[in-house]
Amino acid sequence: MPLLLRRHSVLPGFNLALGCTLLYLGLIVLIPLSAAFIKTASLSWPAFWETVTSPRVVASYRLSFGASALAAAINAVFGLIVAWVLVRYTFPGKKVIDALVDLPFALPTAVAGVALTAIYAGNGWIGQILEPLGIKVAFTPLGVLVALTFIGLPFVVRTVQPVLEDVEREAEEAAASLGASRLQTFLRVILPAILPALTTGFALAFARALGEYGSVIFIAGNVPMVSEITPLLIITKLEQYDYVGATAIAVVMLVTSFVLLLAINLLQRWAGKRGAKGQ
Amino acid sequence: MSESIALPLPAQHSRIAGATSESPLVKSLLIGTALIFLAVFLFLPVLAVFYEAFKKGAAVYFAALVEPDAWSAIKLTLLIAAIAVPLNLVFGVAAAWAIAKFDFRGKQLLITLIDLPFSVSPVMAGLIYVLIFGAQGWLGPWLSEHDVKVIFALPGIVLATVFITFPFVARELIPLMQAQGNEEEEAAIVLGASGWRTFWHVTLPNIKWGLLYGVILCNARAMGEFGAVSVVSGHIRGLTNTMPLHVEILYNEYNFAAAFAVASLLALLALVTLVLKSIVEWKTRESVSDLSPEPVQK
Repeated sequence: MPLLLRRHSVLPGFNLALGCTLLYLGLIVLIPLSAAFIKTASLSWPAFWETVTSPRVVASYRLSFGASALAAAINAVFGLIVAWVLVRYTFPGKKVIDALVDLPFALPTAVAGVALTAIYAGNGWIGQILEPLGIKVAFTPLGVLVALTFIGLPFVVRTVQPVLEDVEREAEEAAASLGASRLQTFLRVILPAILPALTTGFALAFARALGEYGSVIFIAGNVPMVSEITPLLIITKLEQYDYVGATAIAVVMLVTSFVLLLAINLLQRWAGKRGAKGQ
Repeated sequence: MSESIALPLPAQHSRIAGATSESPLVKSLLIGTALIFLAVFLFLPVLAVFYEAFKKGAAVYFAALVEPDAWSAIKLTLLIAAIAVPLNLVFGVAAAWAIAKFDFRGKQLLITLIDLPFSVSPVMAGLIYVLIFGAQGWLGPWLSEHDVKVIFALPGIVLATVFITFPFVARELIPLMQAQGNEEEEAAIVLGASGWRTFWHVTLPNIKWGLLYGVILCNARAMGEFGAVSVVSGHIRGLTNTMPLHVEILYNEYNFAAAFAVASLLALLALVTLVLKSIVEWKTRESVSDLSPEPVQK
């Protein structure tokens, strides 16, 4: 154990490695991010408050937070099913499908945006089925939901999958031999074991969806007060050279991201404890 | 007594089997749901990109790719990845070495800070550099005095890309190097190897697949980043337009065939990334199973 302590380590390069890390982190991330806060500080508190609570901005929060939460919830349900199917069953093409789950990570968001728009527009593959039913997806808030669901898909699958693989079959067998039905076993034995991972996946998908820009702007229609997401509003303000206004809204989003990041860290600690208890 | 326990076992056993797995109906229902969900949300969009790209024929497709503006967008995207990925590679290895091999105060905070760019909106990543280097920014007046362009030029695009792809390599290496421990490096040092020699001959072979994995993901994101780059690029055709931005411009001009042609290259990049990623994952598993018999032999 003492070997792990920094002062006892025989390995070289600590100062160099940590120095490089801190310098790079400071220059690329910390100083630029602090610029956003300093810029906002040039606003008086009432002016700041007025900027970040103006009706158009509030409408964009409602859309961004609402659609992100809904998309993350959809992903929590279907992501769990996908993870379950990939871990527990065998079927042809499973390996390919497993690899393709990461597609939203790899596919540039602009490409996802134009592709989803092409599919869900009135003359698109899915759009022409839905439109006669009175459901318009592209260029409505529903389109935002579709894009955010696409973006968040891998998060739930990839956080639940390894935990599900580690769930001990013995516990399920014990529950079954004690007379539990399959549904009871799932709800009382498996679900509690994967709940921390599922919640973490939900939070990660939510956080990602909140900041998403590229895939949404093509499909959203971007009508102020209706289908305008907060990141787009920041860009709109920037293009009008309203740097202070853009930064004020950005700081609200940034603080939200920090809170989410903290929550995710706590969730992962919870998941870690659960895992340790299981062992 | 023993007989009375043994007797109900076969019946019990089949009931347990029924209760530890789902009925065939539920099973096919779940598989069906998963496949339909993935088909609608994942496979259809990729298919749509290639379908739209080739809708007007291969001649239109290739014409869109060799067009000078598209060509310069491709070159710019490659150049940006060629700068941003090595920078984050060096940083990732340094950060992982400090974090995984040593214990120090504030380590957890440092890991959280490295993850920060993942939870910040890409739009923010562009905005912060505009605040520093833009015309109204902190360094704006000084830069324009010395005729250096950062925003709406290559350096700004590189900075935004570096910010966005910052955590990929470090994040892949930290858990890997933590799991491998320090014993092998310590043995090398004690036997008289220098620090660099130890790194090249002991650490690097152990982490090569994880390193490659991080680089592949970092590269995919660097080439495909849209939001952050869109803020700092200025969208100057043939000069500061990356491939994703070029897709946007063509799309907004209703030049769909050309937009999807360029998009298809990026989709192809994504598919290649997934294939490489699967190969690396397979190699990692292989090298892990190569390693595991050793403790048993001892």
